[in-house]
Amino acid sequence: MSTTPNTDARSSREKAPAGERVADWADGRLGIYSLAKANMRKIFPDHWSFMLGEVCMYSFIIIILTGVYLTLFFHPSMNEVEYHGSYIPLQGQLMSEAFNSTMHISFDVRGGLLIRQIHHWAALIFVAAMMIHMMRVFFTGAFRKPREVNWLFGWLLLVLSLFTGFTGYSLPDDLLSGTGVRFIEGVLLSVPIVGTYLSFFIFGGEFPGGDFVARFYSVHILLLPGIMLGLMVAHLILVFYHKHTQFAGPGKTNNNVVGMPLLPVYMAKAGGFFFLVFGVIAVIAAIASINPIWAMGPYRPDQVSTGAQPDWYMGFAEGLVRVMPGWEINLWGHTLVLGVFIPIVVFPLVLVAIAVYPFIESWVTGDKNEHHILDRPRNTPTRTGFGVAWLAAYFVMLIGGGNDLWATHFHLSINAITWFVRIGFFVIPVLAFIATKRICLGLQRRDKDKVLHGRESGIIKRLPHGEFIEVHEPLSQEALHTLTAHHQYEPAMIGATVDENGVERKVSGAEKLRAKLSKSYYGEDSQIPKPTAEEYKEITSGHGHH
Amino acid sequence: MAAVVVLLIALAAIGGLYSAVAPTGQAKADESAQSLTITEGQRLYSVGCASCHGTGGQGSSDGPSLVGVGAAAVDFQVSTGRMPAATAQGAQIPKKRNIYSQAQIDQLATYIASLGTGPSVPTEAQYGPEGADIAKGGELFRTNCAQCHNFTGHGGALTHGKFAPDLEGVAPKHIYEAMQTGPQNMPSFPDTTMSEKNKKDIIAYLDAVNGDDTVEPGGLSLGGLGPVSEGLFAWIFGLGALIAVAVWVAARTAKAKKS
Repeated sequence: MSTTPNTDARSSREKAPAGERVADWADGRLGIYSLAKANMRKIFPDHWSFMLGEVCMYSFIIIILTGVYLTLFFHPSMNEVEYHGSYIPLQGQLMSEAFNSTMHISFDVRGGLLIRQIHHWAALIFVAAMMIHMMRVFFTGAFRKPREVNWLFGWLLLVLSLFTGFTGYSLPDDLLSGTGVRFIEGVLLSVPIVGTYLSFFIFGGEFPGGDFVARFYSVHILLLPGIMLGLMVAHLILVFYHKHTQFAGPGKTNNNVVGMPLLPVYMAKAGGFFFLVFGVIAVIAAIASINPIWAMGPYRPDQVSTGAQPDWYMGFAEGLVRVMPGWEINLWGHTLVLGVFIPIVVFPLVLVAIAVYPFIESWVTGDKNEHHILDRPRNTPTRTGFGVAWLAAYFVMLIGGGNDLWATHFHLSINAITWFVRIGFFVIPVLAFIATKRICLGLQRRDKDKVLHGRESGIIKRLPHGEFIEVHEPLSQEALHTLTAHHQYEPAMIGATVDENGVERKVSGAEKLRAKLSKSYYGEDSQIPKPTAEEYKEITSGHGHH
Repeated sequence: MAAVVVLLIALAAIGGLYSAVAPTGQAKADESAQSLTITEGQRLYSVGCASCHGTGGQGSSDGPSLVGVGAAAVDFQVSTGRMPAATAQGAQIPKKRNIYSQAQIDQLATYIASLGTGPSVPTEAQYGPEGADIAKGGELFRTNCAQCHNFTGHGGALTHGKFAPDLEGVAPKHIYEAMQTGPQNMPSFPDTTMSEKNKKDIIAYLDAVNGDDTVEPGGLSLGGLGPVSEGLFAWIFGLGALIAVAVWVAARTAKAKKS
């Protein structure tokens, strides 16, 4: 450290460079230096699947940006007007101002249709990306302690996005979305006792009334996105606070994070990735039409079209209602419409099942440790099996929701599809669970085999006495570590039932259930004991062994 | 003499009255060219149709009676290839290649029309686009047709494997005839229910939104099937592309400096 007279002179007489002065000004007021110092070098691990959450965030930002543009031209009003815009096949038709202004955006506002299509495509992709992101977190066990709360935040974002999407889909007041809103009215009416009150409350009187577009509008553009934005920030803060999980590998432990620093590497990557996501969505919106309201026509309660489906993320709810038998009970002059009410009770249960899973798993396994190393899905066959079973049930219901299109495109009977879905909803998840578990165990055996005997090289060698053998190449030390890094748990047993004084205690039903479930997670049928160092040495030390 | 005069006057009056109210069309119909057409039609009928519809068009257990279905029904069914059905298997008789010439179809139609009155084959003036109100047609389409044929006429499913076919590429004449006669599961919309003008409007609307010259303002229509195909597209091409991009970005990471 040598200070020359030259620099001394500068510090006393000349001003510091402009950038430094701006930074100093801001730091004095915002305290950004310590914030930046603490976070700029924050390390993030590198894996493509860790970027799925980023896809969600960027598509959400794109939705907000395009949504703001659309609000500049959209009139959330149900006043009846006559259409006199550019689209010929609707000339002179009566429609609500909401529909009319959406037509105006689509045909007469510069860039309006492109922005509308970006908004809608981004919405579909946003929810799809959230599901994929959630699958990544689920199958790798990233929801375990300490990240359960963040799992719930993410889950809430998913659920809220379903409703944000639905309210947005309803705003143009076209025939398709109007049919969807009519569906919601039916759902509300099916609620016992308060159904009619609920419906009148939401629609401001008899359906469709003149209020719902304005009401859905404030919910769609203000209430729900506001909550979602807050949740998303909380979600990100927790990601920072917990630090990102990483896959097992040499040098990676439960107490470190191996990767690149936020600045400059991830800032550059994330910034670039935002533009890539925007680009992909914009290209899709420029190529493919979405929600062509001009083809649907304005909503009129006396009209309906076949092929009226919600956007894909509500498809499983549509399926539940489509395949449910039309049961109803008539008592004392009141009708209980089970054909609609049961599906809307099952709908939240399907979602809640994934929300509570982390808590159920930690209760069953008794695992209260912090986890920062991700599981490979094959090493947790029961969890992976549950996840696939849930997806199977979800997919079966999506088939139910699109049963008419499956019928016309595969030349099937719609009734046969409905029965397939009714039975499949209960049977296919079980089959999927069993098959997934078997596949996971098979992959575990293969890993064990690779560790102990090496990789099949494809080289066939003939021994002097005529025997053919395949040469196995031993794995590298890194690969061996990665394949054997996971911890294998013992199933939680029922504790001693007799205490030291010989007094028997009562074993509760919950305890028995837990022991049983724990066995299904970590019992001998659910994991292949991973190779030990002794086994490895024994096999690799012997000559001529392969 | 007076009696003769009264008789003559009465005869003349009745004769005049008769000639005034008599159905002249049928009397004129029996001309030699027409009856030749009927004979030809009957010959074609005996070969292609009689095995199911009976030797005189009276119907059988394999096919309905054709008395009174009219020339429009014959023209629609035969020129779209639905008839002869060849087999009664399956939920619904599909559209297939037509094997008859227009002249033969006309002969068949004339024969069937001679069995009983029914709707006749429409003329260009009836189904042509001149003077049609497209917007009105769209409204009528959404009220009467969209329940089965989808918003823009791309078809939809009915019960037990039956379906409302896609209307893309269907000739205006055939759409008119289908509305007039109600083939298979379709209800018929006779002029008393839906006027000639309204039918014309619907055909003009379909041509505007589903015709050869239709421009899709938003790009690819993805089959015009609504949110199901849109969702599939978003997953496969939207998310598919984004995952590919994520893999690409993750693979191109910063290299650690070698010290």
